[in-house]
Amino acid sequence: MTTTTDPHPESFRLSMLIYDSRYRSMTIQIVALIGFLLLIGWLISNTAQNLITLGKEPSFGFMTEPAGYDINQRLLDYNSQDSHLRAALIGLLNTLLVAVMGCIAATIIGVVVGVLRLSNNWIVSRLMAVYVEGFRNVPVLLWIVFGMAILIETLPPPKAFRGENPEASMLLGDSVALTNRGFYVPEPLFSRGLGDVHLLGNSSLRFDVSLDLIAVGAVFLASILISGLIGRRANAIQNATGDRPTVWFWRLGVVVLPTVLVLWILGFYLGYPELKGFNFKGGTYMRNSLIALWAALSLYTAAFIAEIVRAGILAVSKGQTEAANALGLRPRRTMSLVILPQALRVIIPPLISNYLNLTKNSSLAIAVGYMDITGTLGGITLNQTGRELETLLMLMLVYLIISLTISGVMNWYNESVKLKER
Amino acid sequence: MKKTVFLGALTVAGLAAGASAAATLDDVKARGKLNCGVTTGLVGFAAPDANGHWDGFDVGVCRAVAAAVLGDAEAVEFVPTTGKTRFTALASGEIDVLARNTTWTLSRDVDLKFTFVGVNYYDGQGFMVPKGLGVSSAKELDGATVCIQTGTTTELNLADFFRANNMSYEPVPIETNAEAQQQYLAGACDVYTTDASGLAATRASFEAPADHILLPEIISKEPLGPLVRHGDNEWGDIVRWSLNALISAEELGVTSANIGEMAAAAGDNPEINRILGTEGNLGEMLGLDAGWAKAAIMAGGNYGELFEKNIGENTPIGLSRGLNAQWKDGGLIYSPPFR
Ligand SMILES: N[C@@H](CCC(=O)N[C@@H](CS)C(=O)NCC(=O)O)C(=O)O
Repeated sequence: MTTTTDPHPESFRLSMLIYDSRYRSMTIQIVALIGFLLLIGWLISNTAQNLITLGKEPSFGFMTEPAGYDINQRLLDYNSQDSHLRAALIGLLNTLLVAVMGCIAATIIGVVVGVLRLSNNWIVSRLMAVYVEGFRNVPVLLWIVFGMAILIETLPPPKAFRGENPEASMLLGDSVALTNRGFYVPEPLFSRGLGDVHLLGNSSLRFDVSLDLIAVGAVFLASILISGLIGRRANAIQNATGDRPTVWFWRLGVVVLPTVLVLWILGFYLGYPELKGFNFKGGTYMRNSLIALWAALSLYTAAFIAEIVRAGILAVSKGQTEAANALGLRPRRTMSLVILPQALRVIIPPLISNYLNLTKNSSLAIAVGYMDITGTLGGITLNQTGRELETLLMLMLVYLIISLTISGVMNWYNESVKLKER
Repeated sequence: MKKTVFLGALTVAGLAAGASAAATLDDVKARGKLNCGVTTGLVGFAAPDANGHWDGFDVGVCRAVAAAVLGDAEAVEFVPTTGKTRFTALASGEIDVLARNTTWTLSRDVDLKFTFVGVNYYDGQGFMVPKGLGVSSAKELDGATVCIQTGTTTELNLADFFRANNMSYEPVPIETNAEAQQQYLAGACDVYTTDASGLAATRASFEAPADHILLPEIISKEPLGPLVRHGDNEWGDIVRWSLNALISAEELGVTSANIGEMAAAAGDNPEINRILGTEGNLGEMLGLDAGWAKAAIMAGGNYGELFEKNIGENTPIGLSRGLNAQWKDGGLIYSPPFR
């Protein structure tokens, strides 16, 4: 009888918020939320109040005033009369530069080391273990400073390249100079170049786009696409007839010839560094601060990535290897065709967080005087204007956006390689 | 849960109510120690010796203030700050006074909200190069790589100087003097630029100081002095008059050697009497006891004694008084009267 009657709708009493387990957790959460909001509200109002007492009302007007300081590494043009905003932009690009270079290098080193660590060769796998433990267990700041100290103390200063009988000489047919201020390498130049387009006029966000670069890039991309089509056709023929036509020379030709042609039309040549006055002039100058930071961040993060890769590979069951072997695949193909694609599913999520770590760790740049956004906006601008709160808020926002973008892109990639469950 | 959150909110509200700051003088007295911001290490101005005891010209100012307020020149907590961290440390209340080769500028005063209580060293920005570089003027530095400390007036002056002279340069930003020294000596930069006094002090610590020269150009005015936060004028007065006491003492011939005798009883110079508290109530006006200035002067000697002991001609740093001579001797060092 009782089981068939509807439960009598109990009238709601206030005490049920605490004693009724259906509501209790909700009550607790709401109270905690209110408390949390109160705390935040208090922090904000207290800060604002204190700033006003100090006579420093929060304001972002200073960002449009002239920065007054110079920045050595700038991917866009900049001088000391530009605004703090532009200085921040220059710093942001430097952050992105080292982050992108770092992520690429760390991934390559990490995958290689991770795979080698599983090698059957005892020496190789031990060496890799030593590398991983060495880098993982020492703070990255020390590696950065150490790298810088090595560059400064072991390489010759530019003046050592001077004179009849110089103490140091350039490498690779006088095209590369390794100095304790950085590396000078040949730079690509165009004698019949198309020039640049200037965008956004004179504003703080202005930038130039090199038409040469766009032309070369477009042609190169198109060739890659066409080469892909040829490959796809070869696959189709192979599927239909069982015979694969030899197309590699076609593909190579399609990729190389048009690009070379464009380069020739534009009058491509290499500009070599040359010692002039106090420093080398010409060529691309990679400052030692960039090299030290890049190397340390990459090697440090690669140690973590290697462990992730190793774990990912070990997570693929042994049966897969055996099955691939039974089909007659050689070990290298087993790895690239069977194991790694499956391991990727395990590898990518922790890889994302390592990319994020690398990017955030790049804010240690100031230890070696690399002018990233922490060095410009969060360093000199903060110091010269005394706007701690404003600059730090902006800085946090910038890192937040960078990190969210990275995880967005990587999550999207993860979706696309994840096991398609049918 | 509910209760704890509520209690939390209560404490928070309580904190908010108690947030209005007490006067710095009371804080220092309650703490029994003066928190003084100094350099991370610049021999002659502020550096710890082998036993960790801080010494130097700027340190002397800190000790004088501590002696005036607390009666003990040793009651100082030295907080090493870099060019970048110093202002945040002062604004946040981590230090009570900053004495770190800091240039008095309009924007630091008005925009950063600090009160410079005086000048203890009139300086200017100079350049140091190795003799082997073959450079004899800053105008020949086109294209050079220059080491600078970030967060200083130095980097702004440098940008202006090179722009005005239509020259290019490669700045190498560095956080502390020690790192700058390392990079400069390794040849990672051609030139080191900072306040001329700082250059002299840095050079004095080299193994072969004679291999390096200071270029003749001085490209800026750098009046260096101690500073405090805006908003506590009484505290600013105390620091200002402690410094003035050291300066007046030199002018009036009061030294650490004769001060005991002079302060024992009122003498025939009324101003000396007022400074040393044997006449009038200047100490009381400042909220200190009558012997405040005597204690400040005894901490490390008068201005001239501090100068000679730490950076003067008989030290390795070897700075001459120059602009920093007493006004009576043709310099700029001048204290308003004690009256
Ligand atoms: N007077 C300038 C520069 C001050 C400065 O950084 N001075 C250097 C050299 S004179 C210094 O004290 N360095 C010590 C340290 O690195 O801690 C300013 O106030 O901005």
